[in-house]
Amino acid sequence: MKYDHDVQGYWKATLGLLTKIMIIWFLVSFGAGILFADVLNGIKLGGYPLGFWFAHQGSMYIFIALIFWYAKKMGDIDREFDVHED
Amino acid sequence: MDLQTTIYLVVGLSFALYIGIAIWARAGSTSEFYAAGGSVPPVMNGMATAADWMSAASFISMAGLISNMGYGGGLFLMGWTGGYVLLAMLLAPYLRKFGKFTVPQFIGDRFYSKTASTVAVLCLLTASITYIIGQMTGVGVAFSRFLGVSSEVGIYVGMGIVFLYAVFGGMKGITYTQVAQYIVLIAAYIIPAIFISISLTGNPIPQLGLGSTMTGTDVSLLAKLDMVVTDLGFGKYTTTTAGSTLNMFVYTMSLMIGTAGLPHVIMRFFTVPTVAAARSSAGWALVFIALLYTTAPAVAAMAKLNLHGTVNTAVKTGGDLYAAESSILAEQRPDWMKRWEKTGLLKFEDKNGDGRIQYYNDKTKNADAAAKATAAGWKGNELTVNADIIVLANPEIALLPNWVIALVAAGGLAAALSTAAGLLMAISAAVSHDLVKGIFKPDISEKGELLAGKISMAVAIVISGWLGLNPPGFAAGTVALAFGIAASSLFPAIMMGIFSKKMNKEGAIAGMLAGLFVTLFYVFAHKGIFFIKGTDFLPMIGGANSFFGITPEAFGAIGALVNFAVAFTVDKFTKEPPEHIQHMVEAVRIPRGSKVVDGAH
Repeated sequence: MKYDHDVQGYWKATLGLLTKIMIIWFLVSFGAGILFADVLNGIKLGGYPLGFWFAHQGSMYIFIALIFWYAKKMGDIDREFDVHED
Repeated sequence: MDLQTTIYLVVGLSFALYIGIAIWARAGSTSEFYAAGGSVPPVMNGMATAADWMSAASFISMAGLISNMGYGGGLFLMGWTGGYVLLAMLLAPYLRKFGKFTVPQFIGDRFYSKTASTVAVLCLLTASITYIIGQMTGVGVAFSRFLGVSSEVGIYVGMGIVFLYAVFGGMKGITYTQVAQYIVLIAAYIIPAIFISISLTGNPIPQLGLGSTMTGTDVSLLAKLDMVVTDLGFGKYTTTTAGSTLNMFVYTMSLMIGTAGLPHVIMRFFTVPTVAAARSSAGWALVFIALLYTTAPAVAAMAKLNLHGTVNTAVKTGGDLYAAESSILAEQRPDWMKRWEKTGLLKFEDKNGDGRIQYYNDKTKNADAAAKATAAGWKGNELTVNADIIVLANPEIALLPNWVIALVAAGGLAAALSTAAGLLMAISAAVSHDLVKGIFKPDISEKGELLAGKISMAVAIVISGWLGLNPPGFAAGTVALAFGIAASSLFPAIMMGIFSKKMNKEGAIAGMLAGLFVTLFYVFAHKGIFFIKGTDFLPMIGGANSFFGITPEAFGAIGALVNFAVAFTVDKFTKEPPEHIQHMVEAVRIPRGSKVVDGAH
């Protein structure tokens, strides 16, 4: 099979998106949920200490948003580089 | 209708549903058998993935674990969901584009090596078989506790049901039963949670209830729980970590990487029609999983508070927990406690002979709590509670109607059966496709391979049933091993296969073996060689958790690091992969040209 489109550019755009998502993925779970949980616990979200909320609730909601955001953005990148499925 | 009849009725109805689906969804080709014909819509695959993923452990044990661990239990919540972000972005769409039936086939083709695929098959079989023992014992446990039959009978019935839809329907039958099982298990989990949340906080949404104030007071539920448990000498619920912060960090990472690398989950993404569908399907899977996983911490905290409130009346009134009349009289304990005492999951022993139940932490390091307990004449904790009680007895603790209890029984069975079926699928595909067709008999016909698939499925069911009936003494430790193996061997190999065009077979094989070896070495040092008692060799590695205080369950991420490091080092000194493999990697990275998965080698 022959590819005449910008394979390099497509892969670069993909990796750029992955990097962004992985930074957020890391910050909400390992950052807010674990490393900075103690500090964040000083802040209250309703009855939740914030660090505890990230570990037991928040990071999961953000994970879901991240995957759908990824799916949408990848669709855009696919079309931009004309490699989408028909 | 009495409780027993209601349970039989609800469980019977759910089984009739699964059998109905088995009759409707029979597999006539290898494509249907391994990948449900590649035509499962993304939302439905998401639901099936959620059922595939959420095992007896997620359903029955997780909330109880969190309840015991408090904040530190969040590592299960984040670890087992965060893996889906990795799966969605790093593996699923690319493996779907690759378009073959199994994970070892990808590893074998990408690293142009039968050795690589054989190592992958070994890792897959070890991870899946250790995992399935827990499911089969889970089926037996659910049967024996709710239906009053022995757990042996339970396992035989469970094997029979799985046999019907897994052998005849393959992935197609499994997919549609998993969708039905998801609906049963999520209803069974959420309905009791809603009732409890309303009774404690007035808020019907458990996720919000956990962050609300207690009905009739202005104290938040979590603050109240923190107060009660610290006063009784337990660790503060919202801040107690699982070991050191570093251990919690590494443990969470191991669960995430392990989740993304488990073959029975990855396989589900071969059943969707396109690459784009694989991406969104991972999102839907996480939506359906998170429905249970965000409810679990609410169940954990609320049931814990309810349990303390049941045996100590001062929890509700806010009075002195150590006052003599606060602990309830053993004679007046509720019926559900007596019922669960028969199963051994709940034990009461009147150590100070006052006829009342004192439930507290008698090994506390909190001097204040210890002094109060001594002053009150308490002579040790009198109530032992198995973690599983939190979910299993939850409806009874909250005084819910019989049909809810019956639903929980059906839900526990659905969770165990759906995961067992997914694992059996991964095992039989690895045997019939990667071993029989890939290595021993490459010229096997489509019909012959389908038959081989069905036979290996049947054999796998019998073996896993046998392991469930005679669980090896090490069964409890093995799920950690499954995650360790997936994290340290499979995940890095697949990821490098996609993200590094130049990774060669020498690097990948050396990496997989090194990751696997290091992880097994550390786990066996703690638990014995192949979990045989007395063969542990802790002094050799300098004592328990000697590697920066990391527990063996949490070690998979370290194994993965070793895998990556060894693979890239070996790769540097050996020759790069052939041209056509590098082109293959380029093709895998691009969605266009995806076709329905097939089995061609």
